[in-house]
Amino acid sequence: MQEFSVLIGGKAGFGIDTSSLILARILNQLGWYIYIYRDYPSLIRGGHTFSIIRAADKKISTHRNQIDLLLALDQNTLDFHKARLSNGAALIYDSDSVKSSSGLGIAFTKIIKQENAPEIMRNSCMVGAFCKACGISEEALVNILKQNIDKEIDLNLKIALRGFQQANLISRIKTFDAAPLPILSGNEAIGLGLASAGLNSYIAYPMTPSSGILHYLANLSAEFGLKVVHPENEIAVMLMALGAASAGEKVAVGTSGGGFCLMTEGLSFSGMAELPLVVVLGQRTGPSTGLPTYTGQTELNFAIWAGHGEFSRLVVAPADAEQAFYWSAVALNLAIKFQIPAIILSDKTVAEGAYSFDLDSVNLPPEEQFPAWDKKDAYKRYLDSANGVSPLAFFGDKDAIVKINSYEHDEYGITTEDPQVTKKMQAKRLRKEKYLSEELRKYKVVNTAGSLDSSVAVVCWGSNAGVCAEAARNLGIRFIQPVVLWPFPLEQIKRATEGVKKIICVENNSRGQLAGLLSGAGIRISEQILRSDGRPFVLDELQRELNVRINGE
Amino acid sequence: MGNKLDTYAQNTWCAGCGNFAILGAIKAVLLSLVEEGTLLENIVLVSGIGCHAKIVDYINVNSFYSLHGRVVPAASAIKISRPGLKVIGFAGDGDCYGEGLEHLIFAAKRNIDITMIVHNNRVYGLTTGQYTPTSPLNFKGRSTPAGTKELPINPLELILSAGAGFVGRGTSHGIELLKKIFKEAILHKGFSLVDVLQVCVTYYNMYEYYDQRVYELAEHNPEDYQQALGKIREWDYNQDTKIPLGVFYKKQGPVFEESFPAPQADPVQRDVLIKKALKRAI
Repeated sequence: MQEFSVLIGGKAGFGIDTSSLILARILNQLGWYIYIYRDYPSLIRGGHTFSIIRAADKKISTHRNQIDLLLALDQNTLDFHKARLSNGAALIYDSDSVKSSSGLGIAFTKIIKQENAPEIMRNSCMVGAFCKACGISEEALVNILKQNIDKEIDLNLKIALRGFQQANLISRIKTFDAAPLPILSGNEAIGLGLASAGLNSYIAYPMTPSSGILHYLANLSAEFGLKVVHPENEIAVMLMALGAASAGEKVAVGTSGGGFCLMTEGLSFSGMAELPLVVVLGQRTGPSTGLPTYTGQTELNFAIWAGHGEFSRLVVAPADAEQAFYWSAVALNLAIKFQIPAIILSDKTVAEGAYSFDLDSVNLPPEEQFPAWDKKDAYKRYLDSANGVSPLAFFGDKDAIVKINSYEHDEYGITTEDPQVTKKMQAKRLRKEKYLSEELRKYKVVNTAGSLDSSVAVVCWGSNAGVCAEAARNLGIRFIQPVVLWPFPLEQIKRATEGVKKIICVENNSRGQLAGLLSGAGIRISEQILRSDGRPFVLDELQRELNVRINGE
Repeated sequence: MGNKLDTYAQNTWCAGCGNFAILGAIKAVLLSLVEEGTLLENIVLVSGIGCHAKIVDYINVNSFYSLHGRVVPAASAIKISRPGLKVIGFAGDGDCYGEGLEHLIFAAKRNIDITMIVHNNRVYGLTTGQYTPTSPLNFKGRSTPAGTKELPINPLELILSAGAGFVGRGTSHGIELLKKIFKEAILHKGFSLVDVLQVCVTYYNMYEYYDQRVYELAEHNPEDYQQALGKIREWDYNQDTKIPLGVFYKKQGPVFEESFPAPQADPVQRDVLIKKALKRAI
């Protein structure tokens, strides 16, 4: 595989995020597949922020530690990351603020002062220098900047061209004859996936790493006719979602662990009142406030068991933008079909990472409609049916009196404490999970890749699928990723692990939550590779560790 | 009072409970709204948890029996989702002045067109007698046997300052006034709050106390904020003074639910929009 990685770094407020996307889009235009890893602290100005843009001639969804080109806007970037530089790697830096004995130094700060431009425009200067160093044409540079910069485009162009002129060619980058693909963050993919399944309302309180969905859908709201609401807290978010669902809206909410804690009372209400909704739970490093802008996979058990009482639910954990798009649509569809809550488990890595996105490789299932009421008899909101799913009428429908209830209730929705009715209604609600499991047979709920005849398998979930699949291919071992985690797809996992003698489970937590689920289901886990420092696994490191676990030291 | 709004649910309120007055008044108001052309299917009742909340089991109309403190967000979303519906929320004082106060303030601030009727008996009934946000100082409840050491809030003053466009008060010993205020509140376009001094005969029987002190507002201009504030401050839910009843404040403004775009229901058009959004990401 042909590939290379660029790291751009500076302080928060320097515009690192925007310039990393511009760099990625330039490479995208040359036919490269893209993955962007974003690393930033929980502050608004200062600190150290960086992005790694990895480009390859094949689809990728992880990064390496080692980089080929370092773009340093401050001294920290050089000091913190010079150990990552591969043999023959190149460096471009702002010679006004970075001291270095090698590399290509350009006086970015002087240039922006001469042009009377704000400090943030050093980015444009760096982008210009990058293009020259990589042999990318002036025309391509101008085009991409025009497409990506709204404010003061003339000044930005002028500064970018000065960076371009002052740099020199380091190594001409290869161009592929492939159409450029959209570059989407996991959050954007989730938003679009939900929209594709007919989402009407998105309700959320800002919380990293899921705020990106709120921002993205708020911007699309007028165009898509979406109601996007940011209420007073996550409790209101959840109860508003339930209110909207009761009125027939297809609704989703988004949050992280702390916000989800506040939502669990409402999640249980969703189970009892059979009000469908999708919860996007973007994990970050916990417990509590933890590391707000870093990653983690500590909410698997929480998502599966959250809420008091017992009720049916769906939990899915997509790994990249394409999976996020597809499974968000499926989650909303199945929530609607079975009148249940569905949880999309994302994490900071997948939520804020950016990926080349190919719509043609996603086969979307058709939008599910609510099971409609036939209007024959008096309407019963909670009619006890064979598969537990009741036909729906909504507030405003003629001749239907719709009674939603958080108490135990009879088929009409009137409160009851009768033991027989309680037993019957509880059985009705739980029965849906059995039919949901059957429905899931139509889907590829467990992904496999790598060498499918290998007796060694790496098993992971969520964002780790990208790094594990690539490592498995390189090492010639089997890769297994359950995307649906509840109802637990035991049958499909057993099929995927047939002939496997050694399972290595890779997770971003301390206790091995997937390993626990698998062990509980009788699947033996031989090795666990766990990481809980807030950082994702990276390809080169994980590959080394897997090698040790497979072959010994 | 058998009528077409009755359900088969057995009423379990105590004899003499102030909730009966609210039930009677709201049924009469709903029937008169239907008579005047409102479709019954376009009415949704939302309640919280507590004695008050059983009201939705007793009325044969669309309903959403929510959680404790969570009447307002559910009612708000129903209104945002289907602005053509009339959404009426019922909550207790512990429910929406305690557990869910934040939601109430935000609904007033947004001026969303829902009506909140608060069964304010100033005691927790269903959990058998604890103090609430509007119990007077030194209230001896089961969680405060030596008497409360905190002053009550004046919910009307609070909600007026939060931006409510309609603020009223009645008592459960005045069903005619309740009917009048409820109807006016429901017909008011914007957020409306009606605080009902609803008596809990078992844990805090205030019938006689209120009967001796309440009076109906007269020569009051509800469009005058200062006058409304003055009248609302006349009784602070603690001092032993006269208690005014009626509509204190009424003012129209833009409503929240009208600020959302029209839904895009056509899946073909949606796919076009998704492709457009993807193109922007290249």
